[in-house]
Amino acid sequence: MANKYWESVRVMLGAAPRKSLPAEYTEEAKTIHFYKKSEKLDFEALRVEAHEHQKKGVWLKRRWITLLVINLLFTASFWLDIQILEGALTASRFLGFHLIDLNSALQVMLAHKHIIVNLFIGTGTVFVLWLLVGGRTFCSWACPYHFLAENAERLHVYLVQKKKISDHTFHRGVRTVFWVLFALMAIITGYTVFETISPVGIVSRALIYGPGLALGWVVLLLLFEVFYSRRAWCRYVCPIGLTYGFVGVFSPLHVTYKLANCHHEGECKKVCEVPHVLDCVIKGRAPTAQLDIGADCTRCGMCIDVCPSGALSFEVKGLRKIM
Amino acid sequence: MTIEKKPAVPGNGVVNKRKLEERRRFLRSIILGAAVLGISTLGYIPVASGWRMRMRPPGALEESDFLSSCIKCGQCVQVCPVQAIKLDDIDHGFGVGVPYIDSRSQACDFSCDAVQCILACPTGSLVYKKPVFMPTRSGMRVANPPILIAKEKDPEPTLNIKERTGLARLARPDACLAVQGKGFKGQARGADFKGRMRFVEVDRWKPIPLRDHPFDLELCDLCVRTCPIKGAISLQPVVDKDGNKRMTPTVHEPCLGCGVCEMICPVESAAIVVDARKGWGA
Repeated sequence: MANKYWESVRVMLGAAPRKSLPAEYTEEAKTIHFYKKSEKLDFEALRVEAHEHQKKGVWLKRRWITLLVINLLFTASFWLDIQILEGALTASRFLGFHLIDLNSALQVMLAHKHIIVNLFIGTGTVFVLWLLVGGRTFCSWACPYHFLAENAERLHVYLVQKKKISDHTFHRGVRTVFWVLFALMAIITGYTVFETISPVGIVSRALIYGPGLALGWVVLLLLFEVFYSRRAWCRYVCPIGLTYGFVGVFSPLHVTYKLANCHHEGECKKVCEVPHVLDCVIKGRAPTAQLDIGADCTRCGMCIDVCPSGALSFEVKGLRKIM
Repeated sequence: MTIEKKPAVPGNGVVNKRKLEERRRFLRSIILGAAVLGISTLGYIPVASGWRMRMRPPGALEESDFLSSCIKCGQCVQVCPVQAIKLDDIDHGFGVGVPYIDSRSQACDFSCDAVQCILACPTGSLVYKKPVFMPTRSGMRVANPPILIAKEKDPEPTLNIKERTGLARLARPDACLAVQGKGFKGQARGADFKGRMRFVEVDRWKPIPLRDHPFDLELCDLCVRTCPIKGAISLQPVVDKDGNKRMTPTVHEPCLGCGVCEMICPVESAAIVVDARKGWGA
């Protein structure tokens, strides 16, 4: 099903998820959908059950610990001179091995138009690393701005619930436009224009080399996300996310959805940074009994944490067959 | 099939609310796009206007190449034994996160011997040897491999650098103690100065705070005696306007622009300074 990959890229670039054609439904999926239709669910009871069964942020804890360890390892390597992870998130050496952020590398290559061996090696290493663990996994498990934005998001959601503010969405395709424009600007101007405003680089450097005026820009972005538009930077602007998203298209590690377990109450879509990847959980949508969540998924695991019925889980492709 | 069909859009002549919201969203998206692009291109202003000319670390490419190739990771900052390298802030626009050296507060004294920052650079912004197709302004290349005085007796006494980062210049000859015929006694930059440098006679490998190394000189020649590069600077006799014989620091072609003279100059502000990115004869 090469189609599946294309669909996942298309949705990532900003298109609305496509509903499957009747012919694309497997017999198994049809049967499950049929029985679900005849089933009368007591949604209130389900909600109560859901809250009882929800694991209290297991993946959230694991992820935050990982994210903080990665970022503080940079800081400790410099301040304590332990030299494990030297540099910043844009480029570093882990025990001497070059690691170079894919989007920063892309910007530098396009702006500078000359690639030296170390840059190539570092980029290759990082490419393979994130290919193995899921592409946009970078966003939710390593990006320090994601951590800040995630907490700003909580405030935003709270304020919306209290009806103090309302959320404003943008067209998701604007991120693809940004990706192209930033690439073009790098080529034309010869400067890494995006790096100037990248809150990822700014926050990472601030953690290691100390705070500066640049954090003011990050604060503005966070205020925008709290009071105007939920997760605006990550959802609609950040080309880093899209770059890693491309890497994740063929990644073996992803969240997988089991139709039979799903009660379709939609808790997962409410917590998701990229809810369009979870379109399949809408009643009647999933064309197969089990399917993989698309490339734009950051593998943050929040949906797994909130799902009361175990319909969503992490899966490494092929691992089950081996074991 | 179980695909739920949405009810047809009511064609009652009233403006469709969903269509309206979609139109608003589209407009918002365009404004967002314009705003982010506008803000990101603001970074060009400080670069184009040459806002606070910075001296780059040793081995840096020409400024525009340097800005385009630097990945802003600060690995050069981390390896510098005297922490001479700092990263610029967002007021430098496209130069945010890009390394520079402020010689007056902490000069590069080459105490690492091997130019560690060049070794650390992952993108080739700092290089031992520029690729041939990259531009080099005249006067930037040094005539001969620079000899590091600290390792003058080693089998390989030269420093692996082909170009200078700038050039020292006696900016205020009237303020220069040597020109005035004065000596110097005490800590070169006072007790509060945090700058460090390596003195071979104290410790070959470990830079020490400048304040821990006081001087007692009959005629101040701090810039000459602390200069790490052989033949880069010397005191030359001159006759001042009153006909007195005086000595004046004179910069020679081997000068790499490291800035040690600027850091150590005891007068405030420094009598000798480094002009960043200036070539010999320029």
